[in-house]
Amino acid sequence: MNDRPDAVELLRAVERFLEADAVPALDGVRRFHARVAANVMAIVARELETEESHLASEWAGLAVLLGDAGPTPAGRTEARAAVVARNEELVRRIRAGEADTGSWREMLLEHLGRVVAQKLEVSKPPRRR
Amino acid sequence: MNAPSPENRPPAGRPDPTADLSARLGAFLADQRGLRPADVVVEGLGRLAGGASRELWSLDVTLAGERLALVLRRDPPGRMGESDRGLEFRLLRAAGAAGVPVPRALFCDATGHATGSPAFLMERVAGETLARRLLRDVEFAGARAALTAQLGAALARIHTIDPGDAALADLPATPVGVSPARNDVLQTGLRARTLALEPHPVLELAERWLLARVPDRDRRTVVHGDFRIGNVIFGPEGLRAVLDWELAHVGDPLEDLGWLCARTWRFGSDALPVGGIGTREALVAAYEGAGGEKVDRAALRFWEVAANFRIAVVWLSQSRTFLDGKVQSVELASLGRRTAESEEELLRLMEEPA
Repeated sequence: MNDRPDAVELLRAVERFLEADAVPALDGVRRFHARVAANVMAIVARELETEESHLASEWAGLAVLLGDAGPTPAGRTEARAAVVARNEELVRRIRAGEADTGSWREMLLEHLGRVVAQKLEVSKPPRRR
Repeated sequence: MNAPSPENRPPAGRPDPTADLSARLGAFLADQRGLRPADVVVEGLGRLAGGASRELWSLDVTLAGERLALVLRRDPPGRMGESDRGLEFRLLRAAGAAGVPVPRALFCDATGHATGSPAFLMERVAGETLARRLLRDVEFAGARAALTAQLGAALARIHTIDPGDAALADLPATPVGVSPARNDVLQTGLRARTLALEPHPVLELAERWLLARVPDRDRRTVVHGDFRIGNVIFGPEGLRAVLDWELAHVGDPLEDLGWLCARTWRFGSDALPVGGIGTREALVAAYEGAGGEKVDRAALRFWEVAANFRIAVVWLSQSRTFLDGKVQSVELASLGRRTAESEEELLRLMEEPA
């Protein structure tokens, strides 16, 4: 186990440096890219904090739609590969027309709405209303 | 020709590309106007921001005493053939003649012999293009109020340009007998599957939703192809000029209205679907009021979904350009994550009652 600060804490330090020091010291395209880089640091930090629970939640949603495939595979790489494989199955069923109408479509839309909301929770696009 | 000022002079022994382009432009303009080189002055040549795919340069010229503020739009040297500057020049002229507010297109070097790569020169229209300023600055409150109606009217004018005009014969067009709407969805779907590195169930659903709702119509006009905030010049009073015609083609005019309503061009102001500044109702009323066809709302909704579908694939494409190592830019790297924004909008639009 690594010592503190942990990965998220280190990323937050880089983000603060980019925002507080780099952005004001640069102009034009480089200033813009420094701002984008700060935002990317924040995305990575949020992903580290949420990926495990988001993958587990997507895995559970896929089990409801496609049938149970056991617990979420252990390990980040394994869980990601397993979710990709199940999404490929989902896409095959969509292409076969199974989601064109009916209650499975409703369940699918609800599931995809949750998954997209989780992706946006990580990427956090700027919003104003 | 004016000499570069001492502080702008390049280090000895290295050629100055700006001075070279300045000299080439001077010779080109003299030739175009039948003037002696001594009667042509080119000043203040400088690269403008923007123009990701084409170079933009600002310059001031004096032609036998007549002063012109110009913009040069040019293919990056060595990157030709994706679109045609000569066609874009002729299209700007046709649009101007049809009453669309556009910069006057003045000189064309379609082959690139004179300026180094295919280019044309147009009048420089003063004003702003940044969406952020339009949406937030007090100075542009009047523009925010006026622009939706002006954009609708400009689209109505664009759609009166004669697609059969011989000068526009090179505009891309869907083959006769093939529905432009259906073709658009199939092409976008194919690109999505070619580019995506992971499965995208939302995009699959969107493609099927669209293919089940291809509008039963075959009206064809000139379509601008990228008509949105960011591609127009505005002032405090509103619209001044429509820019960036390089994606123009012959297709369904409602494609332009749908694209203008896509979420990305609201720049965060999602409550107002037209560029973050207006309602669909106001856009349609202005379009119809300026002589555009009576807008079929189901067809418009189809084209709005198709626009968000196409934008999702733009994010995938940008992401691939980064992941394939072609361009190492932190901005490009970050764009892949925007796919989720288009997916959220597609889900929302698909679930809206018809």
